Amino acid sequence: MAARVRALETILTRKGLIDPAAIDVIVDTYETKVGPRNGAAVVAKAWSEPDFAEWLKRDATAAIASLGFTGRQGEHMQAVFNTDETHNLVVCTLCSCYPWSVLGLPPVWYKAPPYRSRAVIDPRGVLEEFGLSLPKDKKIRVWDSTAELRYLVVPQRPAGTEGWREERLADLVTRDSMIGTGVAREAA
Amino acid sequence: MNGPHDLGGQMGFGPVAPEKDEPYFHSEWEKRALGVTLTAGAMGAWNIDESRHARECLHPADYYASSYYEIWIKALEQLVKRHNFVTANDLAASDAVDTAAKPKRVLKAENVPAVLAKGGPCDRPVAVPVRFAVGQRVRTRNFHPTGHTRLPRYARGKEGVIDAVREGFVFPDTNAHGRGENPQWLYTVAFTAGELWGEGADPTLEVSIDAWESYLEPA
Repeated sequence: MAARVRALETILTRKGLIDPAAIDVIVDTYETKVGPRNGAAVVAKAWSEPDFAEWLKRDATAAIASLGFTGRQGEHMQAVFNTDETHNLVVCTLCSCYPWSVLGLPPVWYKAPPYRSRAVIDPRGVLEEFGLSLPKDKKIRVWDSTAELRYLVVPQRPAGTEGWREERLADLVTRDSMIGTGVAREAA
Repeated sequence: MNGPHDLGGQMGFGPVAPEKDEPYFHSEWEKRALGVTLTAGAMGAWNIDESRHARECLHPADYYASSYYEIWIKALEQLVKRHNFVTANDLAASDAVDTAAKPKRVLKAENVPAVLAKGGPCDRPVAVPVRFAVGQRVRTRNFHPTGHTRLPRYARGKEGVIDAVREGFVFPDTNAHGRGENPQWLYTVAFTAGELWGEGADPTLEVSIDAWESYLEPA
């Protein structure tokens, strides 16, 4: 596959159709600039500021853009909030739709058949494989991203974090907790 | 189409196997695959729906044997050939042999941050009023088109409830085939697991999809 990709890049570059330096910038963007730290900042702010949480619930695209996170695969955002009653889980059964602007590039498992096939029929079994065991009576809501809306799960705020600054709170917000395959870290 | 990509509810793929501290890329070629896919897409010759459909059209045996970046590259080869940027001769020689169609634009490195930050919004004004309201019961259509659709098989012919009325969005079923954007109202529709999966379904589970208006009928 390495040779096949190189051939395609070579052909397109020699024909003047793509700029290999643009590829370098794209790779650098998703390796160093756009990643789950963005989403963690959104969640930490929602935990800290009820007004922001309300805005995020009502118009996630605008609320998230106010923190500077916009763009490709985050054009139309929807935030879904975990509660004592309901746990949210996000999947794309048809391809690999994922909120790049807040979580970066998706992990391999998110794009692979085991997760995509089972998240909608056996989410509890899937969550067990992530080490997450939900109470039997907890409701699960699975969001299949079949259109251009991109979903961000807002995990529940861990106990014992009253008065924490947003930066410290953000450290508790894992990528998986924003997909719904995990929960936020406990306060150390 | 009822392609290999439509995975919801299929069985036999084994455990999810999340990888601890997974890197963004597992090899150098994956980085180039991401970049080639995005820069080639930036030529503006095809839209996201056509590129998704190209991936769905891989032979099922090939689709399931490929990683996601491999799927991207195999589909990209089809797209650049279809749009006359690359020929079979070029690919056989691994070099530029034949002349190419003229692209609408070429993405230069200095424009990448602005282009990525802007993205490709798919919301569009819709001329007709909204047909369904939040809380209304609807049934998804039972159809099996041979072209692109975003109504997954597991959610066809199922009764659910309108959970949210979204905006007007480009209709993928026509847009993927160069037949226009034809924007329609989009809805989030929620189904009980019992409706989707029948006997033995998890009573605590609800699944939603985002559905274009023409996928839905009043229940």
